Amino acid sequence: MTDKEVLLSCEGVTRRFGGLVALDDLNLDVNRGDIMGLLGPNGSGKTTFFNVLTGIYDFSDGQALFDGEDITRHRAQAVYRAGIARTFQRSRMCLSLSLLDNILVGDHKRLNLGLGFNLFRRGAFARDFERHFEDARDLVKVFSSALADCMFDAVGAFPMLDRRRIEICRALISQPKLLLLDEPSAGMTHEETHQLMDDILSVRERTPELAIIIIEHEMSVMERITEHCAVLNFGKKICEGSYEDVVHNPQVREAYLGIE
Amino acid sequence: MRQSPVKSSTPAVGGLPESTRALGVGLLAAALVTGYAIWFLHAEDELTVGFLLVLAVVATVVAARMGAFRHVERAFSEHEKVMNGAAICGVIVVAGVFREDHFTLLMIATVLLYMLAGLGLTIQFGYLGLVNLSGASFLGVGAYTSAVMLEHTSVPPLLILLAGGLMSALAGCLLILPVLRAKGHHAAVVTIAFAILFKSFLEVNDTLGGPQGLTTGEMSLLGWGFNSSIEFANGFFISFYFKYLLLSLALLVVAFALTKRVERSWIGLSMDAVRLDETAAACYGLNIARWKALGFTLGNFLIGIAGALYAMMLGYIAPANFSFGDSLILVSIVLLGGMGNPWGLAVASAIVVILPEKLQMIQEYRFLLFASLVVLILLFRPDGLLPRGMRNYIPGWRGKA
Repeated sequence: MTDKEVLLSCEGVTRRFGGLVALDDLNLDVNRGDIMGLLGPNGSGKTTFFNVLTGIYDFSDGQALFDGEDITRHRAQAVYRAGIARTFQRSRMCLSLSLLDNILVGDHKRLNLGLGFNLFRRGAFARDFERHFEDARDLVKVFSSALADCMFDAVGAFPMLDRRRIEICRALISQPKLLLLDEPSAGMTHEETHQLMDDILSVRERTPELAIIIIEHEMSVMERITEHCAVLNFGKKICEGSYEDVVHNPQVREAYLGIE
Repeated sequence: MRQSPVKSSTPAVGGLPESTRALGVGLLAAALVTGYAIWFLHAEDELTVGFLLVLAVVATVVAARMGAFRHVERAFSEHEKVMNGAAICGVIVVAGVFREDHFTLLMIATVLLYMLAGLGLTIQFGYLGLVNLSGASFLGVGAYTSAVMLEHTSVPPLLILLAGGLMSALAGCLLILPVLRAKGHHAAVVTIAFAILFKSFLEVNDTLGGPQGLTTGEMSLLGWGFNSSIEFANGFFISFYFKYLLLSLALLVVAFALTKRVERSWIGLSMDAVRLDETAAACYGLNIARWKALGFTLGNFLIGIAGALYAMMLGYIAPANFSFGDSLILVSIVLLGGMGNPWGLAVASAIVVILPEKLQMIQEYRFLLFASLVVLILLFRPDGLLPRGMRNYIPGWRGKA
């Protein structure tokens, strides 16, 4: 682990909502190319951590360094531009828009948003569009070639597994350095979850530099894909290590089961 | 879906490629609508009007059963230029038929200007999700700008139209800050406040004529006045409203193309993303404030231009023309037609403007009627009469198979 370069380094990250301390002095390092699992009972602050990191909530205290850049005070936009992309627990897709549209929303930092370009230089726009279309389709193909034939279908028409795939494509299209997956298996069957994890592993093979933090309750998923896990309870990190270390840790068992 | 390479090459029954058949159905539909419009506008007594309304409903249901709409939709997406041309020709034919009839021409031109204003609201409301309940006020800003400038300056009227749009956009800028700070319905309340402020401002402002309003000068192009009818020696007569109608149509066509281009670009994509989920959009780097400011301003610009020409055409404007109720009418046009679909505006503006004129008995109850119509539409057809389709960035583009 020591020969890898640290990509994200969080120090004393704290988030308070009134009297409630949702995240309490969290220290966490993620290396380039690592898959880190984030575990913890409901309400332990996992999603809050993602929201603080991506600029949806402010830091109450502490700081985060990402790839040499201090992102503590970054708004959501700036965090995205720095190279962190995420998915949401309650899959937030634009259901009435096409698959292509949903993915291209994620490519915002590379879209030319100039007024003149978009409204008056339609020839150049058509070439630009074609390039982005190819990019998006190639990415979708990694997940499912059937999906790649439906680029102009509304996302609302797809089953949950495909929506999750599309959501991950939306996060990956901008080639982020860190991907945050918030419970990608929520609302899916065991079999579907398994397929999605295959997809995630194949993405990782394609882009070995990409680091991933994944929140998941499905322990088999964690065992299979993570190199490193951290466990939160009441906003505090109670344990960190390999999956094996973590599941056998007595504190973790207590947090989950409430017994010694 | 529409651009999938498989479908376009499917040969259809009758030997013709399906795409050509769709074009045929589309053109036939355009011709039928034109014919119907002429018949409807000719109708004098309320019984005929009632019959024609029933006919329209029955014809729509039958056409839907036969799957004609699928073809028409396809004609519009695959042969867009031809269909747009057909629609323009249709309006000109109808106007030509009624060339002597001041009142009907005024009504059609009003429909066109409502559509133009509706395009502005489509950008704000349909794409961005910003509910603007002061549409009529921005119409008013354009109208008063044109009245004042025609009276006190010698700026060419065509530039005055532009000035009307710019003034309206500028007035909108006053609202941008509060609109950006408030979210959702609260932003709508800000615009209601503006509508009421604007009307009170006009009523107490003596320079602008107070409650009595102002008379407006005429439109003119290169010294050719618009307020005189054309009469030929052989008795051929063209009402002066015909000129206003053509100019409204020209402005509408330009604004329509512009709105379509907004939708079919990364700008439209960004606006949709802002409307559907601001938080997710922010996490993907969208500058929410930028898009809201841009869309709001662009929308008000179009509404202002419509107002400026409307004032010249009416020749007289008063605060009562730009009340909160009129703003609601504008919003209901967008809702009825189908949020984000410019073609829906054509149907909805025609209903909203022409129906009360034709059915005098509902004149009194028109607000009640439109309100119930909007409620019914939202209940049973929430995407409007002509729902918006998937974004089709490059019309006719099929991608590489």
